[in-house]
Amino acid sequence: MFRRKGSHCVARFEAYEVRALRQVAAEVVALLTDGFDPDDPVVERLFPAVYPDDPASTAELRQYIDGELKTAKIDQAGAILAVLPNDGGTEVSLDEEAAEDWLRALNDVRLALGIRLDVRDDMDLEEELDEAVLRDPTSSRVGQLELYGYLGLLQQSLLDALIA
Amino acid sequence: MDGMAAPQVIPAETPEIEEVPERDRPWVTIVWNDPVNLMSYVTWVFQKLFGYSREKAEKLMLDVHHKGKATVSSGARERMEHDASRLHAYGLWATVDQP
Repeated sequence: MFRRKGSHCVARFEAYEVRALRQVAAEVVALLTDGFDPDDPVVERLFPAVYPDDPASTAELRQYIDGELKTAKIDQAGAILAVLPNDGGTEVSLDEEAAEDWLRALNDVRLALGIRLDVRDDMDLEEELDEAVLRDPTSSRVGQLELYGYLGLLQQSLLDALIA
Repeated sequence: MDGMAAPQVIPAETPEIEEVPERDRPWVTIVWNDPVNLMSYVTWVFQKLFGYSREKAEKLMLDVHHKGKATVSSGARERMEHDASRLHAYGLWATVDQP
């Protein structure tokens, strides 16, 4: 988890954390590049319709803003990949700009996971995890829910360190 | 210049107050509730993007959370579209409307 050290936000990541972070960041980049599908619910959430009742105005506006928005999202996910090693644990030290890139990128990653996991407003993560473990402790949903919980704590710790 | 003296027209009565034409009514940016975004993060984004005080940002965040949505800015249509786009860059779910 992140903490404040002088003007920077610092954190120590174990090898398995680095692997998980690299994977989710790379998945978002893939989703926004080669794998881009405007009908994917994750893409719909990351690029919401500005005029939900007016598809024509929304489409017209998309021509002007979505390119830049997509580049920004790829760049912020890239900010996570840029400071993590390919393998092994590491110490990360982010200046304010990098910390804000990470914050936005972690949010995108959590939005993507949240859609895939069908996270709802009234959902209790602990209960949901218990249920998933009881159904099948080896299921990918168990791992994904744990990852989702971890990323939420990580994002919160980074925000706390940034505004400290 | 025409040399002829034009009859002076002086409005005798106050013009009737008309309804503000649709194109002149302000537009608004609305942020919608979302089960993923952290409450503290949403507050921070409102402070960061709009320069709102912590108090105002927190109140807007709580409106989003409890009422399902909140109007976070209002003004010219193009500016609202810009605001919505900036909010999307931060992962908030924003739309533009002319109420």
